Parts: sequence; C-alpha cells; structure tokens
Amino acid sequence: MTSVKFIVSFSFVLSLFSCFQLRAQEQNEQMAFIERGSFTPLYGAKNQSVDVDDFYMDIYPVTNADFLEFVVENPKWRASQVPAIFAESKYLSHWKSDLEIGDELMNTQAVTMISWFAAKNYCEARGKRLPTVDEWEYVAMADQKVRDAREKESYNQLILSWYEEPQSFKKPIGSTFKNYWGVYDLHGLVWEWTADFNSILITGESRKDVDKDIKQFCGSAAVTATDLMNYAAFMRYAFRGSLEANYTIRNQGFRCVKDVSLEPKK
Amino acid sequence: MKKLNLLLTLIMLTVIACQSDSQDEKTVSQVKTEESGVSDQELSHLSIYHLPSEWTTHHNEQIKLEDLKGKALVMVMIYTSCKSACPRLVANMKDIKSRLPEDKLDQLQLVLVSIDPEVDTPERLKEFAIENEMNEAPWLFLRSSESNTREFAAVLAVKYKRISPIDFSHSNIISVFNHKGELVHQKDGLGVNNQETIDAIIDII
Repeated sequence: MTSVKFIVSFSFVLSLFSCFQLRAQEQNEQMAFIERGSFTPLYGAKNQSVDVDDFYMDIYPVTNADFLEFVVENPKWRASQVPAIFAESKYLSHWKSDLEIGDELMNTQAVTMISWFAAKNYCEARGKRLPTVDEWEYVAMADQKVRDAREKESYNQLILSWYEEPQSFKKPIGSTFKNYWGVYDLHGLVWEWTADFNSILITGESRKDVDKDIKQFCGSAAVTATDLMNYAAFMRYAFRGSLEANYTIRNQGFRCVKDVSLEPKK
Repeated sequence: MKKLNLLLTLIMLTVIACQSDSQDEKTVSQVKTEESGVSDQELSHLSIYHLPSEWTTHHNEQIKLEDLKGKALVMVMIYTSCKSACPRLVANMKDIKSRLPEDKLDQLQLVLVSIDPEVDTPERLKEFAIENEMNEAPWLFLRSSESNTREFAAVLAVKYKRISPIDFSHSNIISVFNHKGELVHQKDGLGVNNQETIDAIIDII
C-alpha cells in the first residue's frame, strides 16, 4: 500500500518536473484520435464519397473558461476591441465584461456568441484548426457504438429531439453521450463552426433555392442531396448555409482539430 | 511580421504551459503591450485591411491586402479553368471598367481572386490575364493559400465548393470597397446590367 502511494507521489513529482510534458499530456487527453475513412455526406461532390484523413478532435466544445484564457492572451479578440468585420456587436455580449464571464455556471458551458473568425483564431493560437464540414460530419455520424449510425432511427430521433429542446447551450460540456471515437457533445449542446461552412451553397429561403439563386451559383444544379431522408443533417447544412463569418449566435460554438502529422510519433 | 506573430504566439503558448514560472510572466505583459500597440486605431472597424493574409499577384509579387489601401477596389472571386459563369463575370468586370471615366482609373483596382490556388499558379494567372487583355493596371489577379482564400471568401460572403477535380460551385458576387477598405456595394448574380455597380464606384472615386 505504501509502495503504491510512493509510486503515485513519485510519478506526480516526475510529471510536475517538466511542465511541457504535462501540458502535452493534457492536450492529448482532451483530444480523440479519429481514424481515416470515407463516407458520403449529404451534400457531396457529385454524390461521391469523400475521404477523411487521420486527425485529432477536441473531445469537448471550447468552453467560456477556455475562451476567456484566449482573450486574456489576445487583447484584439476582446469584445471591446474586435473589429466589426470579424464579429458583430453581439460578440461575447453574454459575458459580464471583456475579461469577466460573470456567471460561474457558464465556465463549463460551451462558449457561444463567437464569430467564425474568432473561432478560427482561437484554434490557430492553440496550434490547431477548425474542422472541415466533412471532418465534422464524419465524426458526428457515430453514435455510442458504431462509426456510422445515420441509418439508425434512434440516432436520428435523438438528434431531432435536441433540435426541439430550448436553451440546450446552458448544459455543461460532456453532458451528452460519448460517441464511438470518444468525442462528446457533437449533438445536443450547440451548433459548431466549421472551417469551410461557406462551402454550403443553399440559402435559408427555399423559394430562393429553386429560383433566383441558380443565377448566383455556378454549377448549383450539380449539388443535390444524396440522402433526403436525413432530415437532421439537412438542418445542419441549411443552418451552415445561412451563416456569415462575423455572425455571433447564442447556440453556436466550436471545437478544434489537429492534423496527425503535427503530432510527435509515440 | 507573420514570423513575429508566430514567435509571439509560441512565446505565449510556452508561457501558458508554465504559468507558475514567474520569470515568464514578464514576457506575458510585454507581449500584451506589444499586441495592443499593433491594433491600428485608424483602420475602420469594417475594413478588409484587418485581414493579415499574404497574396501573390499575377506578376509574381507578394502583397498584403493592406498594400492596396487608398484605392477603391472592385473584387470578384473566380477560377481560370471555369467554363460557365466565370467568363461572364470576367466580361462583367471588363464592361464595368469600360464604362468608368478613363482619368479616374488610377484611383481604382479591379481585383480577381482565385478560389483554386492549386491550379491557378501565378504563371497561370499571368497567362489568363494576357489572354483576356487584363495584364496591366488597374487589373490585378491574386492567389493565396487555401485557408486564406476561405477567409477572404468569408469576408465577401462568397461561397464556394469543389464539386469535381476541375470544377467549383461558387457564388457570383462583385464587391466594391472604398479607399478605407469598407464594403460599399455588392451585386449578386450574373445580371446583365452593371449600372448599379458602376454608380457605386463613381460615388467613391
């Protein structure tokens, strides 16, 4: 028993010894390895399947507390200083002030009211990046047990019931299920920014989609839904299609990913 | 500058990694002051010159968007291998230019930004410019990394997606920026009439 204690405390001291190492460990614990694969997304390149390479994904969405750390380090991303071209005036307006969240419950809630630019810069400051739509959808099609649960009725119903739930952004991170990859909260808390959200060529208004916008989009006729049954996914794509990069929305957060090649080999 | 930013970021990351290390705390405050000093007070809050990205022109020169400051900009996103909408967009841009007063053209930059940086190398852009008689000022072709292009499109609210190895689906939007880099006019679609855009340009030059 004492020897166990000794080993535990010894390893504790050891890990403190190099704070860099500790930091690296923490980071790995907070990210899940996503193995490469291919799938056919709702809006794909001419209904073809897309390949997704190996990458790491944050297990949880970025929290208000995480984001506070970022704005402390990067004054230009504070609410009072961010230029309007990068974020609407509502940016972080649910916080008490520039450097105060103001409500302890919010510390563990996903940060929202942040623009695409802010999310992108946060990830870059952490040596990461935003996931692409394809990467996000690839991980998000998993339920607890399988990589692709899109055909399961229970999986779709779970997601759709979240879409009806009010104020789900108030739940702390980690309060939904852990999926096949070990990632939480892709469905059930907040919508999430993606690197190429502006690759979705549909608008919020269905009348426009069939009429005017054909003029606006070169090759738009080639983009069709491969799976109209997948209503939940359609909602996500339509939502992304309605966004602009400086929008700040109360139920829109984000998480980061990292390429595997940047990771030292174990 | 980019390297300096990277260095600063690295320093900050190091500092976060070892928050208890008091020696580094000094660096944090140094970094903070430097950073707040960087933010250009004169730059309008809605200016595209906040974008830090670097671009290569069809003359193979490296520029930042900020280098275009002081001129009115008319911008459109295209790719040179495009067969359907882009030739019409290019034609629209040429039409706009031909209907502006000659003596004001030096206050203007007509910019075509590639959404396909992989194919549209500076050489390719140069060829395209010459073919279309757009090699000389006020014409300017730009390309950058995929991520910078995505960001630029985000600012212009232009959407695009690769739909096959050689084709993109993309919005056809012509945007006009004033000399401060603020968006003053956008025209959606491939309208035959460029009058609104021309009026918007004449307003600011």
